Amino acid sequence: MIMKNLKYILIAISLVAMSCNNAVKDSKDISENNIEESKSNVISDMSIYNLPSHWTTQDGADIELNELQGKVLAMVMIYTSCQAACPRLVADMRNIEKQIPNDKKDDVQYVFVSIDPETDTPERLKAFAKENQMEDDKWLFLRGSEEDTREFAAVLAVNYKQISPIDFSHSNIISVFNQGGELVHQQEGLGVDNKETIQAIIELAR
Amino acid sequence: MKLYHIALFLVCSLLFVKVTAQNDKMAKVKGGVFLPLYGTADQLVKVDPFLMDVYPVTNEEYLKFVKENPKWKKSNVISLFADKSYLNKWENDVTYSGLANAPITSVSWFAAKKYCECQGKRLPTVDEWEFAAMANEDVPDARRIESYNQYILSWYETPKTYVNPIGESYKNYYGIYDLHGLVWEWTQDFNTVLISGESRKDQDKDSNLFCGSAAIGASDLMNYAAFMRYAFRGSMKARYSSQNLGFRCVKDIEE
Repeated sequence: MIMKNLKYILIAISLVAMSCNNAVKDSKDISENNIEESKSNVISDMSIYNLPSHWTTQDGADIELNELQGKVLAMVMIYTSCQAACPRLVADMRNIEKQIPNDKKDDVQYVFVSIDPETDTPERLKAFAKENQMEDDKWLFLRGSEEDTREFAAVLAVNYKQISPIDFSHSNIISVFNQGGELVHQQEGLGVDNKETIQAIIELAR
Repeated sequence: MKLYHIALFLVCSLLFVKVTAQNDKMAKVKGGVFLPLYGTADQLVKVDPFLMDVYPVTNEEYLKFVKENPKWKKSNVISLFADKSYLNKWENDVTYSGLANAPITSVSWFAAKKYCECQGKRLPTVDEWEFAAMANEDVPDARRIESYNQYILSWYETPKTYVNPIGESYKNYYGIYDLHGLVWEWTQDFNTVLISGESRKDQDKDSNLFCGSAAIGASDLMNYAAFMRYAFRGSMKARYSSQNLGFRCVKDIEE
């Protein structure tokens, strides 16, 4: 009986499948959100953990952004072939880490997101981490798809543009997020006094 | 068996109609190279051929999207993706103000991006948009033609053009309307523009804010029109919206 009507069933299914983002998908999203909410604390409307993007770490692990939930994040967008500003941003991040008191160090995750995912493969990120003596767990290097990277930068208000095969123009911004993924503070520019950034992190960290 | 064949034919034609309806109001933009405002003579930009929406997205079309995707309703949208100005002229979640075929405005970049994705399309890149918009009625690159520039500058002086219906500006070389004369438009990579929007500041002193950015030195009046667009892009953030800012979608051509 089913086999006989299989053709009609298939046709019906393909008719339904042609609609984009219909109610079925929405209810799936809602139930997914509900599961997330019960797993961890409710994320607010301003949390970056609302972004569905997937990322790969320097260890080749695939993670979703919301796996970072629960720690204070200090984030910067760089690329490993960058000669001018990025080494200073890296130094800034190292400087900030040094000034966080020992009892709060474990609550902070330092994240570098690559704006050049094509060049910055996990292997390259791993080598970069090693070169910069940032192999400890507290230093995380992420790369994603070009589209996800562009979207993430848009959220952080980080502007960037590839200006030659090996060079990018980009804003120099270090962003601090609270444990719920909300943007709390941004430090823009190089050689900026990072006092406020450190203060922001200390106030958030447990 | 006959019924089966009829049903199959219906499905295929529905699919065909849906696909061609989406492509129906799109025009092909032949690719090429050009020198954009930010470029230097030895760094021409290449644009691959693509399909572009003939008109910007309208109020009526956006309403349909919002009904099918309730997460993007005014009362549901999350603040990460849109600020308080999102659809601020809409009376409620399902009632826009103004003409059905006026361009949709007051939508954030995230919303515009999602709309295009839902159509199986995407937002145009800045380069693609600028390339298509260089054209007047007759030629693909009209930037040195006085009437082309005059049209744009007159538009800049005309208030509230965003209430007008689509299709009333000129039909350009590719068969595309309203790239000038109606509303500004979101682009996929608007955040590639690294100027602070105030030309006095965009000197080398800014090199601490932006690593390696090229200075935009617009001296010609004919570049003024383009400069305004780039400055506007540089001033926007992805969750912002503006009543002068709408969008249209593009599609890659499968070769």
